[in-house]
Amino acid sequence: MNDDTVTVMSALPVVLLLTSFVPALLIFALREKQTVLRTTLNLAGAIAKVVLVLVLIPRVVAGEELRTEFTWIPGLDIVFVTDTFSLFFVALSAGLWLATTIYAVGYLEGSPNRSRFFGFFSLCVTATVGIALAGNLLTFLIFFELLTLVTYPLVAHRGTRAALRGARIYLAYTLSGGVALLLGVAWLTFEVGPVEFRAGGIPEVAEFAARDPLAATVIGAVLLLGVGVKAALFPLHGWLPIAMVAPAPVSALLHAVAVVKAGAFGIIRIVEDVYGLALFAELGMLQVLAVVASVTIVYGSVRALAQDDLKKRLAYSTVSQVSYIALGAALLSPIATAGAIVHMVNQGFMKITLFFCAGLFAEELKLSKISQLAGVGRRMPVTSAAFTVAALGMIGLPPFAGFISKWALGLGGLDAGQPWVIAVLLTSTILNAAYFLPIIATIWTSPRSEADGSDDDAFPAPARRSGWEAPASLLMPAVATALFVVLFGVAAGWDYSPWVLAQIVGEGAWP
Amino acid sequence: MTASSLVLVPVFLPLVVGALSAVLSRRAAATLTVVAAAVTLVTAVLLGIAVLESGPVPLEVAGWAPPVGILLAADGLSVVMIGLSAVAVLAAALVAAADDHFAGGHAFWPLVGAAAAAVNGVFVARDVFTAFVLLELLTIASVALVALGGARSAAAALRYLFVAVTGSLFFLLAVALTYGHTGTVDLARAAERADDTVIVGAIIALTVVGMAAKTALFPLHSWLPVAHPAAPTAVSALLSALVIKASIVILWRVIEYLGPHTDIAAPLATVVGIAGAAAVLWGGILALRRDRLKSIIAYSTVAQVGYMVLLIPLVFAASDPQVAWVGGILITVAHGVAKAAMFLAAGALASAAGTSQLDGLEGTISRMPWTVAAIGLAGVSLAGLPPTLGFVGKWMLVQASLDAGAWWWLALLLGGGLLTFAYTARMVKATFNPPGDFSRARELTRPARTVTIVPLALAAVSVVLGVIPWLLIEVLSAAPMGGGA
Amino acid sequence: MTTLQLFLYAGAFILVLGVVATMLVRDLIRRLIALNVASGGVMLLLLALADRGDGEPDPVPQALVLTGIVVMAAVTGIAIVLARRVERLDDDLEEVEP
Repeated sequence: MNDDTVTVMSALPVVLLLTSFVPALLIFALREKQTVLRTTLNLAGAIAKVVLVLVLIPRVVAGEELRTEFTWIPGLDIVFVTDTFSLFFVALSAGLWLATTIYAVGYLEGSPNRSRFFGFFSLCVTATVGIALAGNLLTFLIFFELLTLVTYPLVAHRGTRAALRGARIYLAYTLSGGVALLLGVAWLTFEVGPVEFRAGGIPEVAEFAARDPLAATVIGAVLLLGVGVKAALFPLHGWLPIAMVAPAPVSALLHAVAVVKAGAFGIIRIVEDVYGLALFAELGMLQVLAVVASVTIVYGSVRALAQDDLKKRLAYSTVSQVSYIALGAALLSPIATAGAIVHMVNQGFMKITLFFCAGLFAEELKLSKISQLAGVGRRMPVTSAAFTVAALGMIGLPPFAGFISKWALGLGGLDAGQPWVIAVLLTSTILNAAYFLPIIATIWTSPRSEADGSDDDAFPAPARRSGWEAPASLLMPAVATALFVVLFGVAAGWDYSPWVLAQIVGEGAWP
Repeated sequence: MTASSLVLVPVFLPLVVGALSAVLSRRAAATLTVVAAAVTLVTAVLLGIAVLESGPVPLEVAGWAPPVGILLAADGLSVVMIGLSAVAVLAAALVAAADDHFAGGHAFWPLVGAAAAAVNGVFVARDVFTAFVLLELLTIASVALVALGGARSAAAALRYLFVAVTGSLFFLLAVALTYGHTGTVDLARAAERADDTVIVGAIIALTVVGMAAKTALFPLHSWLPVAHPAAPTAVSALLSALVIKASIVILWRVIEYLGPHTDIAAPLATVVGIAGAAAVLWGGILALRRDRLKSIIAYSTVAQVGYMVLLIPLVFAASDPQVAWVGGILITVAHGVAKAAMFLAAGALASAAGTSQLDGLEGTISRMPWTVAAIGLAGVSLAGLPPTLGFVGKWMLVQASLDAGAWWWLALLLGGGLLTFAYTARMVKATFNPPGDFSRARELTRPARTVTIVPLALAAVSVVLGVIPWLLIEVLSAAPMGGGA
Repeated sequence: MTTLQLFLYAGAFILVLGVVATMLVRDLIRRLIALNVASGGVMLLLLALADRGDGEPDPVPQALVLTGIVVMAAVTGIAIVLARRVERLDDDLEEVEP
């Protein structure tokens, strides 16, 4: 955010929230059978949000910032702002919400309690957008906790013992994180007044740190603890693999958009817009964050190797990948910051594609283990192609999106004088290859077959008139997000590409 | 009609309506009670506006000034609590009107009128004797209300009676001491004249014990988890949401006026805080272990009382006591609204399922999702999570704890919410269907629509107030506690 | 000691006696009587406070006592009705489990 941003008071941020809040309330009131109305509400809200975001992007890039504020308690306001970073996150959420909505409608067709599901689904996005648009720590806290509450019913949706147990563990972790976050936010607000995000750090916080560095460090640690649970930093990541009991659309949403990204977003906000990179480094917290992030990166990849269940492997991969963002945020270099921010989008799209495909395999052919995927490429080529594209992106191969982030992070590490980052990135890339390439190989190579018959006997033929390998509502989103994975890599130089926007935000963090 | 004369409305209107209800038909009684509650709410709003403009609204009853006459005054606390009382009575009356089973019989209506009048009177009382009389009226009415729960509830009501009346005797002693030492029962004048730290300390201590008995503060709480579940649904809601608030307000007032005049106040406040902490833990843990819906909610009340007294040590320790006062009052209001919602919703569930045992509630969520949602949302407010009113109160108490450097209260505030959430989740989980099996759900009959809407509306109120609490805070700050009458 | 002090100590003693008995005694009617005894103790204390030395006694504590007596009468009335219900049910008082 440069000094010539113009702040305009506007209700549009609240409208952005309402595009998913109002449908949520309406959907809760719908009966199970009103499928058409429910789907219409869902799609209308999602499309409206995307349209609003597209309208806002050029304005914000040109330097205009929208702001809504109203009094919560005297002396402390609830504030919404659309600066470049918040719009960035909103755009990601809106786009992926649309894709996931289409996917979820298809995935859950015929299953019970859909009104409840889609109601909380929409509330989940509302909470995420609220987190993105939050202009001060209080507003951030409110929506962060709200996210915990509305994602619980989604994780528990199936109602089985495993689902309830998974949801309970999820809640235990995230609520405890919430306690830490409340402590940090309340304490900092007590010392410094309302903590409004300012790119480059807030001067009052710097003054406070000069007065009482120990307290400032403790608060910083507590804040990171609070958001770190959702961001799945080691050792607070335990909930993530367990939350895989949720239906595939929920896993997709949690892991690509809502929960983990909210945590990562929180880390960046705290490090860069509350404390400021320089102050955080001075307090020694930056190094700690970098180390924790690196440990998580390697740990997640190692655990992923050991999993045979596809979703669990993807879960540990998420644990690892989200810490790229944390690592980028922990380096004193604008390129690293930009790399962290762009990885939010890249990882989002890549991971959601992978989860969509995993869901497709499970729904269509009841496959959940990697070993079972042998030869499925012949039976479901489109899905497998999407999966391959996303997996190659995760490994970091050009020209896919993932390459941009890794390259930026590596450069950033050098720029910040921390060359060991490259070693971490290399290790992780090798490990990524080690757990993704075998999957790809398994998918595309036929199993050794004793009989003379063709491999199609291994999987039943598709049972639909269109002859497509899977329902369109499941297939289209996966293909679309995979295409974006390619697009974000190839067209990274385009004016409004995530990479360019990320750089703008990254520059802004260095006043 | 001046603002001053409005002060009498919340006290006398329910009394008149209650008296009339004794002779009218059930429908007429219900209608009158609902209308009276609505009028009380409007009165509270009008009084709130008056308080915002010019501070506390005093009224000398019959024109006689103290020390001969009775002084009533509506300050910020009074207005907010009367508002809570109106909302709670309104909700309970609507549900009781929908199904007499929830009311426990025709005696419900006159007793509720008496109880509401007493409670509202306590909120505007400014001398300890008026408070004593009104508390006695409240106790008698409440005991009778508990006994409406059928023959089995007589024992529970009697236990309540013994504890509450013993508490009254202690308080009467405090009243006696106050008069004996200062020559007046009016709190403001007594505060001016008090000068013996031991006697004032004794007065406060006796009040603490007396009010602890009536509010079910640990360790004098054991009557509550017996009495509240034994009562009919609408009565349980009123007991938890409203009746125990009256004694807490008296405790606050006495400490507000007399606390600064004795050295024993601060240590006494700490003792009270420790009792509160024990209540939070004890109530929370026991709530997790109980198997009946209403018992869990009753133990939850025991825990919440701990939070309500927590503001007392904070007021003494913080440099800005206003934050502690306002936070504690908001938590109390939030608890009132949430508890009313919870008991009413739980009553609906138990009535539909035929049992209030947790394992008998399977499948209710499919048939009555809004009722279960109300319980969940109420639990969120009790746990102090955003975006509810409970969170606002918690935030302010946290700020006060930070101000006072009181790390142990801080830990209690932050951690206690987790226990609350745990037992709320337990209740909600019990209503789930076994996977794929909706057979139970189809057997259940849905209750009347009012019974579904009212708890949800209450829960919605706590969310709305959680997002826009500043008006309440303005009213509370316009006539601040501890700033004098 | 003076008469005043005698009344004060006696009142306190009777109060404590009554309260302890209320808590420890099992039989319902006896408990109720103990409660009345306790209230008697408080009344005694109040009356002692009404003593202003020479001259007329102070009417305010006397009014308090009268109010207290009325309250206890009402309370006792309700308690007796409830006790009768309990005994009719043949339940033990303290075994009402939550």
